[in-house]
Amino acid sequence: MRLLRSLIKPVVAYAFLAGSISLLAEGGVVNPYWVQILELACIVAISAQGLNIIYGHTGLFSLGHAAFYGIGAYTAAYLMKTYGGQSQAAFFAALLAGGGAAAAVACLIGLPTLRLTSDYLGIATLGFGIIMKVVFDSADRFLPELGGARGMTGIAKMTTVPWVVFFLLASLLVVRNLIHSSYGRAILSIREDEIAAETMGIDTFQYKMVGFVAGCTFAGVAGGLYAHLYAFLHPSNFDFFKSIDILVIVVLGGLGNMSGTLVASFGWIFLLEGLRVVLPPGYVEFRWVLIPVLLIVTMLLRPQGIFGAREFPFLRGKVYR
Amino acid sequence: MMLEIRGLTKHFGGIRAVDGVDLHLGQGELVGLIGPNGSGKTTVFNLVTGIYRPDAGSVTLKGENLVGIPPHRINRLGVARTFQNIRLFRNLTVMDNVRIAHHSHLGYGPVAALCRTGRFYNGEKELNEIVEVFLSIFQLQNRKYEIAGSLSYGDQRKLEIARALASKPEVLLLDEPAAGMNPYEVGRLMEFILAIRERFRLSILLIEHQMRLVMGICERLAVMDFGQVIARGLPAEIRGNRKVIEAYLGEDVAIE
Repeated sequence: MRLLRSLIKPVVAYAFLAGSISLLAEGGVVNPYWVQILELACIVAISAQGLNIIYGHTGLFSLGHAAFYGIGAYTAAYLMKTYGGQSQAAFFAALLAGGGAAAAVACLIGLPTLRLTSDYLGIATLGFGIIMKVVFDSADRFLPELGGARGMTGIAKMTTVPWVVFFLLASLLVVRNLIHSSYGRAILSIREDEIAAETMGIDTFQYKMVGFVAGCTFAGVAGGLYAHLYAFLHPSNFDFFKSIDILVIVVLGGLGNMSGTLVASFGWIFLLEGLRVVLPPGYVEFRWVLIPVLLIVTMLLRPQGIFGAREFPFLRGKVYR
Repeated sequence: MMLEIRGLTKHFGGIRAVDGVDLHLGQGELVGLIGPNGSGKTTVFNLVTGIYRPDAGSVTLKGENLVGIPPHRINRLGVARTFQNIRLFRNLTVMDNVRIAHHSHLGYGPVAALCRTGRFYNGEKELNEIVEVFLSIFQLQNRKYEIAGSLSYGDQRKLEIARALASKPEVLLLDEPAAGMNPYEVGRLMEFILAIRERFRLSILLIEHQMRLVMGICERLAVMDFGQVIARGLPAEIRGNRKVIEAYLGEDVAIE
């Protein structure tokens, strides 16, 4: 009963957001280009929520988030291309498979490295990201459908506003329910003081695995949505710099702040695209100068992130009596 | 015997931080571990709680071996501690600090948490009651929504004890609980320690430098110097022990 009641608000929010955005798009109020940017922002927000679990909540430094995003993207795209066709149900399954593939690889990375201190995970994920870029580049040697360095084509355009809004809300719901539970607090205690957490009965290795694998799963699902948004995948979309982009979003939003991560994701994507419109032709690449400046200014003026410790009401923890 | 330590040894490079220490703690006992700075007291705590692995010797809790077991399992077996240099979850609330320590006794599973079933709400309610119990002992219940790092030094020390208690230990290791407290606060702390021992049937091992506290509440004392136990006995006996006075104060000075 309570479960059903707790689903009312998310369902209403979903219906409202997905419905209104779709209507605006169908009615020609918002042009398809900006709708696509909005969809991309939602996808990036899902991925960023994942890295926020890893870095912001668990305190693990990961430099390979884009690799997990790529694993999800290629897995989902391959499955849809070979088995799925245009089926919506198959698309849903392919997205979950993308998340699952990212989770499985995250387990393999986490098992040896998460027993060590956090710095080792940073190095391991950095190396892993570079290896995965090489793997994507030469993927056509073992699976011709993946396209390798020429890029993967022939992916169905399945990603729509209802899909991205659905997964964004679902990911927010999952993070919120996780973080504001005893399991989430166990994860936070690792970031705060790993030794104290251990001596208070928290199996820190286990919860570091939970945080890392959960965060990578988000990246995998987001990758799957991304693959079916532009219907084209290229290894350069998943290189080291794409990992840094997500890291910047999480830092701008404030480590461990879900609302900040959400806002920073949208801000980041719309700023990048907005600058493309605003900057005179030939100067568009100056975006990459403005963004680091923005980062430095934020770190000087608001080191705690744009939101500080505040959260949107729907993302706050409550005390139940 | 609650806690039994035999021949405990730990080297750091060429330094014998702990060298063949024997200690035992009976049910309900309150034993003080004293000694000059660097004599190896905190290392004993780190060895017992599994943060370091001993080079030799044995540690048992009610006959069960603790050597080589990870710290979180040692805690679940019934050993909790505080830290000399306060290790709270600083950016979390006072309440969260206590709730986290109770995590291994949680009444709901991860699925209940993600789906927010009835079990989750009941479990959270139960946690709130536990928070209330442990914070009110130390008169911190009005501070529960405050950030732990913003508490005064004395309150942080008390919160650390409250957090340790929330993990439901049978043996409590207190590492300099009175450090940085004024005489009035030390007096209150002594009352708190005696009260929690009574209420939760604890066996307590206490490291302390404040002689008033040690002499006032400990039933037995063990004195360490250069990694070894150099004397043990009743507080009155230790007070007059020549070896202890020399180790502790260097010269012919009487304690107090």
